[in-house]
Amino acid sequence: MDIPALSQYEQALRFRAQRNQVLSSNIANADTPNYKARDLDFADALKGARQESIGLTATSDQHKQAWGTTRDGAHTMYRVPTQSTLDGNTVEMDVEQAAFAENAIQYRASLAFLDGQIRSLRYALKGGD
Amino acid sequence: MSLFKVFDVAGSAMNAQSVRMNVTASNLANAGSVSGDPDKVYRAKQPVFSTLLASHDDQSGLAGVRLEGVVESAAPLQMRFQPDHPEADADGNVYVTNVSTVEEMVNMMSASRSYKNNVEMINTTKDLLLQTLSLGR
Repeated sequence: MDIPALSQYEQALRFRAQRNQVLSSNIANADTPNYKARDLDFADALKGARQESIGLTATSDQHKQAWGTTRDGAHTMYRVPTQSTLDGNTVEMDVEQAAFAENAIQYRASLAFLDGQIRSLRYALKGGD
Repeated sequence: MSLFKVFDVAGSAMNAQSVRMNVTASNLANAGSVSGDPDKVYRAKQPVFSTLLASHDDQSGLAGVRLEGVVESAAPLQMRFQPDHPEADADGNVYVTNVSTVEEMVNMMSASRSYKNNVEMINTTKDLLLQTLSLGR
């Protein structure tokens, strides 16, 4: 059974988990020469979630999605650095840390919403009490 | 569960940073060492990092850190005229290692801060995962 009230938060959690992955890759590669920092855009993911058919239809495991498109329709995009570095690395630690913290809080928020939904569903199932 | 992969990414970065710390420690320990033979003098070593992508099509945005190897610095050695030195060569010269103490100290600070960042990242992600596990309790 697909409960719409839950699935929207599940999608949000999935996006946050994926962004957590991308941002942690940035922080991990803070000292790697020529690494280009990437990020996911929430508005983009929302647009992708609204029009489900944005991805290419894959009928085989060997089919590739369009470049940079995740399964949820969000695009990994390269960050534009405010300052250039000699080694070609575009990770700016303060930006990444801030984004990582923000994303973690958003994840917790989605989690809290989902928790509330589950609680109210359970409350309804039990008929109060 | 995609959050688990963050541990791999952070782990690879911590591994790379700890190698960097080890190399820096060797460099600092050998700072100021001299030899009469320029081929035997200790040369500053530096680790080389590269990005380790999860796959070729790279949709997930996952990228770990790979240690490509440790290279020796090609910076010129300093030659010092010191005929009374027991290691001095026939002309009375000794060669001093090309380790720059200032550079190594900066390297050490950078490595330790990067390491800490990765530890923080693991802690935050661990919290998120634990909270997810207790969902609906």
